[in-house]
Parts: sequence; C-alpha cells; structure tokens
Amino acid sequence: MAADVAVVVEHLNGTIAEVSFEMLGQGKRLAAALGGKLRAIVLGRDARAAAEACGTADAVLYVEHEALGGFDPEAHGKALAALCAESAPAVVLVGNSSKGMDLAPDLAVALGVPVVTNVGAVAIEGGTIVATSRLYGGKIHAEVQVAGGRAVLSVLAGAFPAEAGKSDRPAAVEGVAPPADLASRIAFQRLIEPEAADVDITKEDVLVSVGRGIQDKDNLEIVQELADALGCPLSASRPLVDLGWMPKSRQVGKSGVTVKPKLYIAIGISGAPEHVQGMKDAATIVAINSDPKAPIFDVAHYGVAADLFDVVPALTEKVRELKG
Amino acid sequence: MNGNEPSPGETLMNIVVPLQQTPDLVEELEINADGTDIDRDAVTLQLSEWDGQALEEALLLKEAGAGSVTAVTIDGGEADAILFTALAKGVDRAVKLKPSGDAPTGLDHHALARLLAAAVAQLGADLVLTGVQSVEDLDGQLPVLLAAMLGWPHVSVVTGTELRGGAIAVKQEYSGGVMAELEARLPAVIGIQAARQAPRYAPVSKVRQIQKTAKLEEMPVEAPSGEAGLKIRRVFKPEIAGRAEILEGEPAEIAAKLVSLLKDRGLAI
Repeated sequence: MAADVAVVVEHLNGTIAEVSFEMLGQGKRLAAALGGKLRAIVLGRDARAAAEACGTADAVLYVEHEALGGFDPEAHGKALAALCAESAPAVVLVGNSSKGMDLAPDLAVALGVPVVTNVGAVAIEGGTIVATSRLYGGKIHAEVQVAGGRAVLSVLAGAFPAEAGKSDRPAAVEGVAPPADLASRIAFQRLIEPEAADVDITKEDVLVSVGRGIQDKDNLEIVQELADALGCPLSASRPLVDLGWMPKSRQVGKSGVTVKPKLYIAIGISGAPEHVQGMKDAATIVAINSDPKAPIFDVAHYGVAADLFDVVPALTEKVRELKG
Repeated sequence: MNGNEPSPGETLMNIVVPLQQTPDLVEELEINADGTDIDRDAVTLQLSEWDGQALEEALLLKEAGAGSVTAVTIDGGEADAILFTALAKGVDRAVKLKPSGDAPTGLDHHALARLLAAAVAQLGADLVLTGVQSVEDLDGQLPVLLAAMLGWPHVSVVTGTELRGGAIAVKQEYSGGVMAELEARLPAVIGIQAARQAPRYAPVSKVRQIQKTAKLEEMPVEAPSGEAGLKIRRVFKPEIAGRAEILEGEPAEIAAKLVSLLKDRGLAI
C-alpha cells in the first residue's frame, strides 16, 4: 500500500479543476515509478459525478456526505485524513489552490508525514521522493528529498500537462463511507458569484497587463495610455488589486481569471507562478521588465529588459503614429 | 461585511498577529556557500506582504470594537522597525519573541509554527490572523500548520472578516472571482490574502515618536527542533529557458521593433 499515489480531486459546481487532471497525469507516472496504484479521491455532497470523470486513476474513491457539500476545511480535512490513514498512500497530491492550501499542511500534520509546497517538479529516485518547490516568486527553487518515504505534495497549477490526466476510460469508482466524526467548528454558508464586470478580460483579444513594477497608482496613466492606443483594456497582477489600484475583475492569475488573448503585454510583472498560471497560454506574450532575470521572460515570446517608464511611452507613441 | 459591535457583557477578543520577515524580492537573491539556502547575510528583510494585509484586517476588527491586537515577531533582523510601525498603526501590544536557541530559518515553517503555537498559547489568543502565505512556503503555509498544531479550525485565502459573537465570518476566495462565505467558531486561525482595504500607512514621524515613548515587550520561547522531515539537497536559481527573444536598443528603437513585430503578425495594429 505504501507505494500508491493518491490525488485529491477538486471540483466546483460539477466542474473538475484543471490542476486535478494535471495531478492525475503526473500521479500516474509516479505510481508507475513506485510500483503502486493511482487512486483519485473525490469528496462532496454529490461526488460520484466528478468521480466518473477520473478514468486515468486505477481506482476512484468517493465520499459523499451532507457535511462535505460546500468546502468546509475542517470537515473535508477530517474525511481526507481518515481516507489517507486507511489507504496509506506514499504520495498524496493536492493542488496548491485555495482549498488545497487548507488541506495539504493539515493532512500532513494529521498523518505525521512531510509536506512540500509550491511543487513544480517531482521524481522518484531509488524509492526516495524528490520534489522541487518554486520559492521567492519563482526566482529560486529548492530541491528537497523527503524523509520516511511518504509525503503530501502541494502542486502548482500549470506545472504538468493536463492532457495526460484526461481519459475516456470508464472510471472504476468506489463509494467509501464517511468517517463517523465529521463534526466541524466551521460552517460553510454560501457561494458568492462574482459581480458582472464592466469588461470581461477573458473575452479580449489584446490585453495590456500591469504589475508591481508600476510603483505608484498615479503611474497607471502611462500604461492606460498604451492600452487606449491599442484599443484594449488594462488588466493586472494580484498586488495591484490588493492595493486597491485596480478592480478585482481585471485580475489575471491564480485567484483571478485565466486569459488566453492573441496578445498579452505584461508590464512590470515579474512572473510569479500565481500570475503565470493565468496567462501562459496567450498566443503572443510580450514582457517589459527592468530585471533581465525575471521569470516572466521564461513564458514571454518577446522580452524588453528595460525601464518601463522609458519604453512604454515610446511604444504608445509608435502605436499612435501607426494607427493615426 | 459591516463591522460588528460586541454586545454588552461580551468579552473582548485578544487578536494575535504573527508577522514574518521575508527577503525583499526587488533585490537579487544569492545562494549560500553550500547551496542549501539563500545567503541570509546578504538579504534585506521586510514584513511579508500578506502579513501586512493580516495586520490591516486585525486593526479593522479592532476598530469595529472587537478587542485588542497584539503583533508578534521573532527577534532579530527588522523586528524593532516592524513592531514600532505596527504600534504606530494602532496595535495595542508589540511582542518580540526570543527563542532559547537558533531561530528557525525562513524555510522551516514547521519550526516557526511550533514556536508561534507556544507564544499564542502564552498570550491567550482568541483569534490569530496572519498572512495566508509567504514567499518562503517550502514546507506548508504557516497559518494551517499553526492551526493544526494548536488544534484550532482554520480558513485560508480570506479577503474579509467580521466577528459575530464567538465566531468569525470570513470570505474565502476561490479562482475566477468566486468566493465562499464561512463561519468559524473561535478560537481559530485565519490566513489572510487581502484585507478589506489597502494596508494603512504609518508616517515616519509617527513611528519615530512611538520609538521614543513605547517599549517593545519581550517573550522568551523555546526554540523548536526541526520536524518538517525534508532534506534540502540544493537551492538554485532556475535556468531561464530563454524562450523570450530579447529586443535591445534605445527605447524608441525597441518600440519601433515591437510595433513592426506586432504589425507583421496582425496583432492589435
């Protein structure tokens, strides 16, 4: 049993999160390397439907209970810990999402096994689990080996291909009774859908996106002028939204939206994994950042390693000239 | 969510806000000699940005009549500056934790959580607000590890809180702008992503004035031994895959090159 791999499948309103398929694909490879089986774990009020979509796994265990309807970190934590204590997988893969952030460290403490966070790569070397964590906004990585042969890995979205985790094969689903104790000090109350925004940035062909490099709210005018010249809206990375400089509806990345425009111009954005996750599939990516080592240049097609305050106004002028 | 005045006779909360000092990413980070950590002698430390958000949310709760706010951080680095700034912003108590041995490094959140769990118990906290993550999350995010060690409930990625008697109502953020509303019974640990408003600014003059009049408390804590179960093989700067074609020249030349590239590809122009 201690050679098996488990993937915690995340789903909302009947849709399985892409990171879950990414983990199923990677989990399959890890299970093969360990000589074990891949199990998917699905928790919820109606977990079976989501379980049916996990044909990549050798077995899909689903637990249904009223208390698992909305995401209550304590009830979900208890159900997951009970299941993992029983089946004792060597590796448990959890997405480093909002829910996963509540689940992974908690599960590791409950099972008494190590946890590695922000995992972007994982391998089995002679039976030892070796994971690479992307730290400091992706600027530094740490390769760690896990003591004791078991671990919970909190996996970054976009680190592995989702296709490898998708399968038309009928899933071998198996209902598992919830543990007797799902008592929780947390009550899930309701989902809040986002308010309709003035602009839906997921539907735009071109986006000018701005990050912390802009330094000051007043400087936004510089990038707004470029966006106006190009006739596209402005989007932003998380810090600018948290500072209240840009509306939430314009946020690209992990807790914002995923965009796939034809052209994405990233200005003053360093390219932390949380942001890259939301824009890496844009058809053409241009990055303007003063730090030539910024991770954004890894996903960009064209890069300008210069001061945005010099380059952006020059670019705006050229665009205006051409568009008349 | 609106602020909530506690009803008469209700005990006021003791809100504890652990503050982490993390490297300023604007500066280039270097790797230490044996390649197992960043060079901690060469970094500029600053308050972790998510902890700054947690501090703001705690102050908003206090202003709504919730009770008192205690900021804690481990001694060393920028501890004094961070705590005096917290006092200038309005916390009631500022406590420097003095470990009996070596303080945990930034990459050992298990040890940090163990140390903070002891401090939180000693301070008699009803509620802990702290940053949902830091740039050094190698072995788990701090709030969840801390909650697990305390045996308290936890909610991560929270962007707004409101006290309701012996419970805290929170908004937990998912992707795509979807949120959930949850209520957690106290005591609890809440991992803050963003406060309801941008963190307030403490003027330098006010911080200086506080520095002259206020005294930071000190609390001895036991230095925990490692329990993360991870062996760091190497810490390294990832190879830039070099996917981007870098455009060089004066700003006007770069702009001209970019515009012609976009035009050739039928993009936007």
